[in-house]
Formats: sequence, structure tokens, C-alpha cells
Amino acid sequence: MSDHAPLAVRDLACMRGGVAVLERVSFALAPGQALILRGPNGIGKTTLLRTIAGLQPPLAGEVSHPAESLAYAGHADGLKGVLTVAENLGFWAAIHGLGDIEPALQAMNLVPLRDRAAMHLSAGQKRRLGLARLLVTGRPIWLLDEPTVSLDTASVQLFAAVVRGHLVKGGSTIIATHIDLGLPEARVLDLAPFKAAQPLTGAFSGEGGFL
Amino acid sequence: MIALLWRDLRLAMRAGGGFGLGLAFFLLIAVLVPLGVGPEMSVLGRIAPGILWVGALLACLLSLDRIFALDMEDGSLDLLATAPIPLEGVVAVKALAHWLVTGLPLTLISPLLGILLNLSWAGQGWLLLSLLLGTPALSVIGAFGAALTVGLKRGGLLLSLLVLPLYVPTLIFGAEAVERGVRGADALTPLILLAGITAGSAALLPFAAAAAIRVNMR
Repeated sequence: MSDHAPLAVRDLACMRGGVAVLERVSFALAPGQALILRGPNGIGKTTLLRTIAGLQPPLAGEVSHPAESLAYAGHADGLKGVLTVAENLGFWAAIHGLGDIEPALQAMNLVPLRDRAAMHLSAGQKRRLGLARLLVTGRPIWLLDEPTVSLDTASVQLFAAVVRGHLVKGGSTIIATHIDLGLPEARVLDLAPFKAAQPLTGAFSGEGGFL
Repeated sequence: MIALLWRDLRLAMRAGGGFGLGLAFFLLIAVLVPLGVGPEMSVLGRIAPGILWVGALLACLLSLDRIFALDMEDGSLDLLATAPIPLEGVVAVKALAHWLVTGLPLTLISPLLGILLNLSWAGQGWLLLSLLLGTPALSVIGAFGAALTVGLKRGGLLLSLLVLPLYVPTLIFGAEAVERGVRGADALTPLILLAGITAGSAALLPFAAAAAIRVNMR
């Protein structure tokens, strides 16, 4: 495995709604590593993950990673209710240029549900389908925002096994979560010390008001 | 990209996808206008080009806010933005899908409604041609408007206000082409201008729309 970190975050500051929430966040993530983000509500875990994913620009600092290496899974699963489980997953597989959804269906225990419309799934089943999407992206770095919401204990274990399998294959992951996932090898990063000193005013504060 | 197109078409066709909405609206206008205006054939024939074009435009407007808002709500847009497809391509494909489920059916059904409005036979061909050339512009401009308002809850009103002025040139040249065709005058000039608007907006607006989505996702 290369000693070059695939994901490096340097002096990152990020904002939410025109207000700086985090600053001077720095870490590196090598292949096979997992990083768990912790911190109280509102500290900016989601904001940090979205900034790393490139969904919003950093206020300062930089994020470096190989092109097209990130897979983001947020609070919403990106499912279409009128499509079946297999169609939803097949769509994301096709978008990422992969055809085979069977391993992902099996890994997240979705095979019996494959022809069920996503709108008839329970919250936990939807979440499992949303997480199965990660397996069909073929991307090495997973950014997971509260992945275990609405999962039962068995599903959390199932998911932890999937994450461990991903790490063994040289993938890496950043997980924002409050519960114990059962990943003792994961590093924990507490975000509380990185809380931005003062709310940002001036040049950027108008940005949130645009539109 | 093909996968995205198929998904959008499939979503539109399934229950609640809103496929028939624009078409039904267009049909209603063409049926109701003769009842409202009165049965004089000459009056109907004269206003038919304008009515049909206004009807097509409003029918397009009806389903615009679905283009991105639904994907924003369920998180698909975030995931698409991190997918290998460029966001500009996503916008272009979604505008194409919107045209295929609204603009194209409207165009195909328009000769039938032309008969209802006593549009002359000479005008029928021009109506079909002008809608075929003009409705893609309605979808692309609409996608741009939808991208601008995607972060807003119930942004439909703002979307209409933003998009309507941008629709005006398309409406003017489209209706003008049909009207000239009915009179037997040279309809080629407005048609070329119409095609120019479509080509220009299809070339430029996906970039503007993608930029607007990036701002709205922050």
C-alpha cells in the first residue's frame, strides 16, 4: 500500500449559511483507514463532510484527493419511491459505470426486497438501500453522514462488516456518527477543538442571502 | 447519462410522474378557448397560432419545478453532483427528459388541437415545425429557471416570474412563424430565429444552470 495519503485535509475552514463553523481542521487518511468524526450537534460534521465531498467550497484551506475517488452518503438516501430496489441501485451502478448490483444487494441483505418499490420500504430498509449504493460506486473513499440512523442492531453489524470489508480492500472512510460502530481500528477525531472562534461577518455573510 | 435519461423518463411515466399534466392542460386550453371566444370560425382561425403557442408555453411551465426540486428533496442531486457525470451534463439530460415528456407530446398533438381551433391547413405544418424547433428552448430555459430556484421551498411562483420573460422571444417568433404561414407569407425568418434561440440556449444555459445548482447546494 502506498505511503501517500489519498485524502489530505489542510487547515480547512468551512461555513454553513454564511457563518464559519469549523477552522484549522487538518488530517490525512491513508488507504485502509477509517476516521470517525465526533462532536456535539451543530459543530459542523455534515458541513465538513460536504466540504470534503466538494458540494460546497471551503472558506479556507484545501482538500486534496485523487479525482473521482469520493462517495458521499448524506442524511437523504437519494431514492425514488416509484422505482424498485433493484432499479434504484441499478441506476446508481450505471451512473458510476458498474453493472453488477448483486454483491451490493447481498451485502446489505436486500435480495428478498429487490422487486419492492422503494416507497414501500421501512425507514431502516431505505437506509440499507442507500448504503448499498456505496458499494456500486466503486469509489475508494466513503464519506458517511450518520449512516446508522434508523438501522437496527443487526443491520448496524451488517453495515460495520461492509465497512470493514471496504477497508480491507484498501478503501478508506470518514464516518460522522454518535454510536459505537464496532470498528475498534478506527481513529476518532473530536471536532469540538476546531470550532470557529467567531462567527464570520463581512465579505461572505452576504452569500447566504443570494437568491 | 443514458441511465439518467431512462430514469427520468421512467419516473415521469410511472404514477404521479406528471407525464399527462402538461398535455391535459394544453388540451383544456384548446377546448375551452372556442367556448370562451365564441364559435366564429374566422376569429378562431386568426387567434389559433397565438393561443396554441401560449398554451404550449404554459403547459411547459407547469412541470418545470419538478426538474430539480424532487431530486433536491430526496438527496439525489447531491449524489449526482459527486457522480462521474459533470453537472452540466446532468442539466442537459434532465432538460432533454423534460422536453421528451412535455414538449414533444405537445408538438405531436398540436395539429389535432389546431383543427379544434380552425387553424388552416397551411398553418398546420408551420405549427408542427415551429413547436418542434421552439419547445426545446422552453425546456432548457425552464431548466435554468428551475436550477436558480431549486433551493427554495415552493419556489414555483418565483420560477414562473423568472422564466416568463425569458420565454417571450420564443413565444413571439413561434407564434409569428405560424401566423405568417397561415397568411402564406414568408415564415422562414421567424423559424430561423426560433431555431437560433433553441440552439443558443441549449449551448449556453446548461453551464449557467449547473453554476446555479452549485450555488444552491451550499
